[in-house]
Amino acid sequence: MSTNPVNPVTPVNPVTQALTFEINGEPVTAAPQPGQVLRSLLRDLDHFEVKKGCDSGDCGACSVLLEGEPIHSCIYPASRLEGAHVTTVAGLGTPEHPHPLQQSFVDAAGFQCGFCTAGMIVTASTLTENDKADLPRLMKGNLCRCTGYRSIKDAICGVSNTDRPADGASAGSSVRAPAGLRVATGTEPYTLDVTATGLLHLAVLGSPHPHARIVSIDTSAALALDGVHAVLTHRDSPATLFSTGRHEHRTDDPDDSLVLDPVLRFRGQRVAAVVAETVAIAQRALRSIVVEYEVLPAVFDADLARSPGSPLLHGEKSAAESRISAPERNTIAQLHGEMGDVDAALAAADEVVSGTWNTQRVSHASLETHATRGWLDKDGRLVLRTSSQVPYLVRDELCHIFGLDTERVRVFTARVGGGFGGKQELLTEDLVTLAVLATGQAVQYEFTREDEFTIAPTRHPVRLNVTVGATADGTLTALAVDELMDAGAYGNHSIGVMFHGVSESLSIYRCANKRVDAESVYTNNLPSGAFRGYGLGQVVFAVESAMDELARKLGIDPFEFRRRNSIVPGDPIVVTDPHEESDLLYGSYGLDQCLDLAEAALLRGNGASAPEGWPVGTGMAMAMIASLPPRGHFAETTIELLPTGRYSISVGTAEFGNGTTTVHAQLAATALNTTADRMHIHQSDTDVVGYDTGAFGSAGVVVAGKALYSGARLLAARMVERAASLGFAGGSVVPEGVRVGERVIAASTLLENGPLLAAGRHDGTPRSIAFNVHAFRVAVNPASGEVRILQSIQSADAGTVLNPEQLRGQIEGGTAQAIGSSLYEEMTLDGEGRVLTKAFRNYRVPQMADIPDTEVYFASTHDDLGPLGAKSMSEAPYNPVAPALANAIRDALGLRPQELPMSRDRLWRMVERARASTIRRA
Amino acid sequence: MDLIDVREIRVPTTRNEVRFAPGEIPLGGGTWLFSEPQPGVFGLVDLTALGWEPITITDDALIVSATCTIAELLRLPAQEGWVAQPLFAQCVNSLLASFKIWNVATVGGNICTSLPAGALISLAASLDATAVIWYAGPSGERRMPVSQFVLASRTNELAPGEVLRSIEFPLDHLRSRTGFRRIALNELGRTGTLVIARLDETGEVVFTITGGTTRPRQLRFDALPSATQLAAAVGSITEWFTDAHGSADWRAGQSARFAEELRIELGGTS
Repeated sequence: MSTNPVNPVTPVNPVTQALTFEINGEPVTAAPQPGQVLRSLLRDLDHFEVKKGCDSGDCGACSVLLEGEPIHSCIYPASRLEGAHVTTVAGLGTPEHPHPLQQSFVDAAGFQCGFCTAGMIVTASTLTENDKADLPRLMKGNLCRCTGYRSIKDAICGVSNTDRPADGASAGSSVRAPAGLRVATGTEPYTLDVTATGLLHLAVLGSPHPHARIVSIDTSAALALDGVHAVLTHRDSPATLFSTGRHEHRTDDPDDSLVLDPVLRFRGQRVAAVVAETVAIAQRALRSIVVEYEVLPAVFDADLARSPGSPLLHGEKSAAESRISAPERNTIAQLHGEMGDVDAALAAADEVVSGTWNTQRVSHASLETHATRGWLDKDGRLVLRTSSQVPYLVRDELCHIFGLDTERVRVFTARVGGGFGGKQELLTEDLVTLAVLATGQAVQYEFTREDEFTIAPTRHPVRLNVTVGATADGTLTALAVDELMDAGAYGNHSIGVMFHGVSESLSIYRCANKRVDAESVYTNNLPSGAFRGYGLGQVVFAVESAMDELARKLGIDPFEFRRRNSIVPGDPIVVTDPHEESDLLYGSYGLDQCLDLAEAALLRGNGASAPEGWPVGTGMAMAMIASLPPRGHFAETTIELLPTGRYSISVGTAEFGNGTTTVHAQLAATALNTTADRMHIHQSDTDVVGYDTGAFGSAGVVVAGKALYSGARLLAARMVERAASLGFAGGSVVPEGVRVGERVIAASTLLENGPLLAAGRHDGTPRSIAFNVHAFRVAVNPASGEVRILQSIQSADAGTVLNPEQLRGQIEGGTAQAIGSSLYEEMTLDGEGRVLTKAFRNYRVPQMADIPDTEVYFASTHDDLGPLGAKSMSEAPYNPVAPALANAIRDALGLRPQELPMSRDRLWRMVERARASTIRRA
Repeated sequence: MDLIDVREIRVPTTRNEVRFAPGEIPLGGGTWLFSEPQPGVFGLVDLTALGWEPITITDDALIVSATCTIAELLRLPAQEGWVAQPLFAQCVNSLLASFKIWNVATVGGNICTSLPAGALISLAASLDATAVIWYAGPSGERRMPVSQFVLASRTNELAPGEVLRSIEFPLDHLRSRTGFRRIALNELGRTGTLVIARLDETGEVVFTITGGTTRPRQLRFDALPSATQLAAAVGSITEWFTDAHGSADWRAGQSARFAEELRIELGGTS
């Protein structure tokens, strides 16, 4: 038994002092709390343009000017502000009169989610012309998770990458993001960027143990504190089991979680929540909660966890009811399948490669942390404003957990500051719901950056054994994968990630004999979840590494080896079961072009030379991805003509930097022969359309976009019909209305006989496949383990390219995130479930200096299934990067790295050990 | 981030007021202090209004007040004969913190935070600078080498109530030849290890290793050592450590490599 230490804080009135200073030239008087920082004071004063990305001075999203000098406002004591002059991004310019840099960020498409943009612009505004040669150093205090920095460098240097297309010519051109100037001037509101009165704040007491049962919990002292409105524990929790992972079918994920559970299965899991008038009061009150724990045995290694005798995490649950494959051995999901005879094929093969690959735990590191604000509207309906990729799925699951009717709940998002899969989870909304229902008041729960590292789900760490065999002529004859995934304490996404991970990574190969053994296993580590690529990246890393080694042994060029063994139209798309029912089709096929494009670019080179004495190598890898998730992804959209000739669009899917809003406007503008800036888009709100499965699985363009495009075409036809009914037959839609001969029937005239609108719907089936090939030329310093990327190339088969600059940005951003996972990023745990890397300063999200420019090439294909021939391309660019880099490093060093990240210390050690063993042999 | 336990920030303007009640700690620029939760810190004593002259140059020393910002230190114009002065920018650029932080962060704050990667520790230790420490109370001070001030990560020589007043860099050492090497797990990341070599006019050679070790380690030689002597000396260091910024073996290996490169750079023979 253990009891947490009680540390009640003697209430002493804080010493506050009224200060007078200026914000953007306006005098302000405020009395900050003694320990308050400038960032939170500015936001208290409704200066929401100042963002919180880390609250520790690492990311730069909160940058402001103080007396003209840039500082990080999140680490600047507000007590020093008397007489100060503070300038935020909103003080530099407005949407009507933007600062040249603000315009430049829009013109260059220098942002995706835009959460870092305010800080980027403030910092860049202090640079001189000479400084532009030194950007990586000067901008190292500003992190961007979306873009890969190339477009930010362009923005700072005044390079424009966008255009203003003519009427009806929107699709296929590099249209600017509709929110551009608002993002660049700090006026686009994100999740918490809105004033509220009487708002309560929620703070969570996390479990100090990796596995424990709450024996008793006394909240009376906390509840008695001034400003505390409620303390919620497992006694207040609904008894309905659910999963934080959200999918179209709620049965896709195991029901293994409670809003507040008396059993704690990882460090930091919610024990209790305090609802109070300020965050500080709530956080302090947590210390007054007295908890007695029964500490339970815990397991932290996935292989041990599935072995006999291991402590069980969910052993008490019903396998059938909770949909856990084998709770008696901590196994959430398993897949064992074989086609042909792998062992026989290996025995007959001329060359065989076998090895073990490991991938690490990675944080999404969206700059906007998870956050939800909830309240009851005047009709008593629950409203949640939240940072989510899936507002409809969140609404539906909350209704399931709390027994509410869907009409009684509205969930919506403002612009979301990055997702990458991390916001396909229900992490804050359930507690806010509980707190709003308990208090009747508005409640906000905002994750800290430390929360993001310690309790938000991460990318799955995976161990993969891969064996591949081929005949001397280069025919792949055997492919076997054995995968073990550390799911952490809860099973959110661990089923889907496992099945998806071994899917397109293997079905891309035409091979008569394949075997898969995959298991996803509970441990008392923090949960793993959905991450860009959804399991593919880990498996692609291992399989593409093994294929590279196999090609090497066979003496065949790696591009050529892929050409011989990858599927081509007509081949079945099969993992191990040729009879599996699938809606996956060759809507188009561009892998051949992707291989050619990347190979040609690599041969062409780019003139970059290696430092003296560093060996150079090249490497490539390929990846395939289905254009959206299986078994249904639904979108409903509406589009309506406005009297001004503009259009009002309603879509359910969310914008978090994926750029779907831009593409939606382009698709509608193309169908209606107008320009994208005439589209008003209402989105990601359960009140605006009937339903949308959500923004995941790269579905924003191919599902919601396709639905919208068909709705817009229908509306165009209806406008022409309406004109005909007014006596003007044979017309066509133009920006002002309908043109018939020389005459234009204005939108306002068309609308005199009633509204004109159309709905579009798509059910996400059948699905197509898309391809990416990445190639690198690198130099490696064997003496230090440093990798210098001399050339980075990615070719993509995205079907019709709807917005070239945005697509390039997605590919660069995916590449940058993958370079982070490949070389730098690593969440380290202490072996007992304690996360050691709890801040950006200890977790290397790539800085500008770490990311080379990537040459991006598009295959020329037209997809039969996607809107205007387009395919999705937002997760996919991430997947081939790590193995391409590993293969290039292998080529340079003659040694193969098989563990991510391929950090300098690991590569150095690999070289040192090889040298030591050579010396021993000699 | 907001420090939720802090109930008062006092801003002394004279030494008499520089006193610390239980739960009170000194505040320099605040860039580290406000970057992590500080449970149990109930009050801050802001040292930045004491009017300490940021930089003073005397006949034999460069005196940098603890409250001198890193940006102010970097703005010091190049001084004739100070061939070691490039080290200032080299060390400051070794901080993970960007130039925006330098506008607020102080030299004393970086040293008193006493992280292995504290690059102002590297700078001051490598030049054998002296820490001037004010005793708790209205008067009195003690002095010690900065290289011995830091005892371990986040641990230093300051007793409760003491504050770091200034750092004194001997001008002799600013006139010494120096060499600098540094590596991190990413290009501009937090230091994995940092090695500075200094060759004095007297012929004495000092290698200072920080970042890779839990406390500054110095290797002193009357004259340039041989490769074997230097390797043996580096090999005797035991304070290598593993954290998110590098493994102990890599830190040791890189430090040895850098030391040898610097030995050659300063005129050693291979």
